[in-house]
Amino acid sequence: MTDASHQSQESLLAKIEQRAAVVFVRGGVLPWFLILAILVFWLSTDNFLSGRNILTMLRQATYLTMVSMAQMVVLLTAGLDLSVGVMFAITSVISSMVMVGVWSGEGAGWGAIALGCAAGMGAGTLVGVGNGIGVAIFRVPPFMMTLAMSSIVFGVALTITGGTPIYGMPSDFAEVFGYGKFISVPVPIWLTIAFIILMYIFINWSRMGRYLYALGGNLKASQLSGINTRLYLFLAYVVCAAITTFAALMLTARLESGESNIGANYPLLSISACVIGGVSLFGGTGRLPNVVLGAIFIILVQNGMNLLRINSYLQMVVIGLLLILAVIGDNYRQKVMLTLRD
Amino acid sequence: MPQASVVNGTASPEHPSSGDVILKMENISKQFPGTLALDRVTMDVRAGEVHVLFGENGAGKSTMIQIIAGVYRQTSGTIHFKGEPVSIHSVQHARGLGMSAVFQEFSLVPELSVEDNLFLGSELTRGPMLRKATLRKQARETLDRLGFPLKPSKIVLYLSRAEQQMVEIAKAFRTKPAIMIFDEPTASLTERETERLFQLIEQLKTEGIGIIYITHRMNEIKRIGDRITVLRDGKFIDTIPVAEASDQKLVELMTGRVIDQIFPAIKKHAGDELLNIENLNITGDNAVHNASIHVRRGEVVGLAGLVGSGKSSIGRACFGLEHIVGGKITYDGDVVFDRASRVNRLGPRRMLDRGLYYLPSNRRAEGLVMLQNVRENLSLASLGLPAFSNKLFLKKRSERAEAKKVADRLDLIPPNIERDLEHFSGGNQQKVMVGKCLVRDVKLFVFDEPTVGVDVGARVSIYEFIRDLCEAGAGILLISSDLPEILHLTHRTYVMYRGDIRAELDKSEINEASVLNHFFEKGDEITERIQHEKSGEPL
Repeated sequence: MTDASHQSQESLLAKIEQRAAVVFVRGGVLPWFLILAILVFWLSTDNFLSGRNILTMLRQATYLTMVSMAQMVVLLTAGLDLSVGVMFAITSVISSMVMVGVWSGEGAGWGAIALGCAAGMGAGTLVGVGNGIGVAIFRVPPFMMTLAMSSIVFGVALTITGGTPIYGMPSDFAEVFGYGKFISVPVPIWLTIAFIILMYIFINWSRMGRYLYALGGNLKASQLSGINTRLYLFLAYVVCAAITTFAALMLTARLESGESNIGANYPLLSISACVIGGVSLFGGTGRLPNVVLGAIFIILVQNGMNLLRINSYLQMVVIGLLLILAVIGDNYRQKVMLTLRD
Repeated sequence: MPQASVVNGTASPEHPSSGDVILKMENISKQFPGTLALDRVTMDVRAGEVHVLFGENGAGKSTMIQIIAGVYRQTSGTIHFKGEPVSIHSVQHARGLGMSAVFQEFSLVPELSVEDNLFLGSELTRGPMLRKATLRKQARETLDRLGFPLKPSKIVLYLSRAEQQMVEIAKAFRTKPAIMIFDEPTASLTERETERLFQLIEQLKTEGIGIIYITHRMNEIKRIGDRITVLRDGKFIDTIPVAEASDQKLVELMTGRVIDQIFPAIKKHAGDELLNIENLNITGDNAVHNASIHVRRGEVVGLAGLVGSGKSSIGRACFGLEHIVGGKITYDGDVVFDRASRVNRLGPRRMLDRGLYYLPSNRRAEGLVMLQNVRENLSLASLGLPAFSNKLFLKKRSERAEAKKVADRLDLIPPNIERDLEHFSGGNQQKVMVGKCLVRDVKLFVFDEPTVGVDVGARVSIYEFIRDLCEAGAGILLISSDLPEILHLTHRTYVMYRGDIRAELDKSEINEASVLNHFFEKGDEITERIQHEKSGEPL
């Protein structure tokens, strides 16, 4: 009843508000999105949080997680890679064609698998080399370079295959990398975890990782600091492609066929995962764990909607809306950040 | 003469008589996140006076005029305009009231024409269509009235800086203002253009327009100023009539210190020659013609001149940032560039490895990564060194230790090396930029305008730092358009004008008159150039 208690209540409220603002500024919109999504799906479906469904979700998320990490490498430099989709196509097609061509049809065919994987990764990485040369040396804007590259590579993939899927690769390839399990957890999840750790070390503990942030933060200052900016810009696209091809091989194994249209969604989804995870499209900021969470979030929403039997066309609408919301939320976060002093 | 018409013109509708207070700013404060840019500042502007706003970079002058121009709103305090309290809520509103500003950073769209720029934001329309003929006529009239020889249809991009400045002034003048604000308008003008601007300002005064004029130059204050208000660190210091302002007094008011406390004495122990530039030629915007300079260990060599005189180009050329069309550069006994024998071993990485460090003048654009923290910025140029990484990984612990050492040495405030650079003041950002060279071995420092946008405290730290470096045996090339800096710090100074080295002055010969004498265009050159222009030859 007294004024003093009233005041202390008010200051407590202000403190809570301040605290919430700090949490929001530190973590961004993603944690809130995640909590909200989990709550909604948990309440509206029976088996969303069952162990089985969680494993399924994580396995589904592996491909996107990898591509998003790849995309992040390029986004940090203030670039963009729209050709991650066709890297899936070319890797899938080339690797399966080589496997089918080399394998005699007898035995496990591990030789053919190794050769196919190497060829597929080589082909996919070559796309990144092309992007890197265009962007770093000829100064083609990343948007144009990778968009044009998409058209070129997709055309090549379709030409090679005539548009039809390629079957007949050694069954061990699919059984191990697509469906295999280790301590009852799918192999792709293990591989992805290993990749996340490697990427974390690369981004945070290697010189190149540091340079990626510097390039995106201020290219000119990086140059004056004696960094070979062209080289590292080039390498960013190559690294992005190399990681993407790995995801493409895993997906090829899962599908048991080589196809030219398997990656069409990945440019949009990977950029979305990064942006939702707080990576700036203008380069220089972003944290790897948040990107991983961003990718998992997108898959989680898709999975939840599947359980709710929302059709896939409508799902596209929802994903688009979420992306816009994430960006608006992030703008708001910047504003709040300015009002807090530290 | 079109200028004559200005006197008869109807610039301000009410014609306030000279001496009336048009604008009164009372106890104006402005809080930005993290800084109090203005702290209860009071000033007034009378009709027909030139009121000079004086202070160091970061003193709050720009914030003050941006509040008047409606760019920012004050956090507290009141503004009285023609006796009425007003709350200026937008640039449009300020313009409507009659406040016009000629900003330092041009508010022009380079791709548009002069007339488009003049009317930007207040185009005349008939229905949805622009009234282009009327617009052009009015643009023509405004330019004629001011006596500016500009074509309304010309694209701003292709104008010289001085011409762009004219467009900027015409834009401010077009709305028939009661208050006109000039923010360092002569920074990019030649002597002749400056003189024309002063004539124009005299005419504006006779029309009863109140003028707020920001400048660093003492001689300009005496030439056109009536009263001076001095700001320091966002605080109001004093308002005095120009007649009472001596140079000494102004510097003391501005900095709060006597000159001796700002500039440390630097001992000279000139040793071996570190840098020798012979007949350097650079083309382009800031061209250099046949420049020859040399720097020895243990001395501070000045390179003075106006913005655009080519002094920066020389510093940048040593680092491999300019396209050199002729000349020879020798560094520490090795020929690193020789056009004649096609030797080019320049480039940031290579010169850093040889121990030359170039500190760019624009820290935001070229010097620092604002999104990264202090530690990351300090180590950026040196990550390849054994103290910072082995073949594969960064050594973060040792990086942190090194960064901490540098931060302590430079008095970084706050001393938090994990804080993002964005959140530091300009002076402390500058300290970080200077500090980048401390984590590696440097023999020759090229400082390009090291104290632009820096408060006195940071300025003193940076000067002391330069002293320590020099006395420890490093060579220092100090590129600066800040005269006191050149006068008090250098042992030897070259003065540049329009790409030529005009003079080499020894310590005993360096004084304000001797340096300024070479800063500006000389009388006979002006006549020569006018004759050139008359005969239609390009310069």
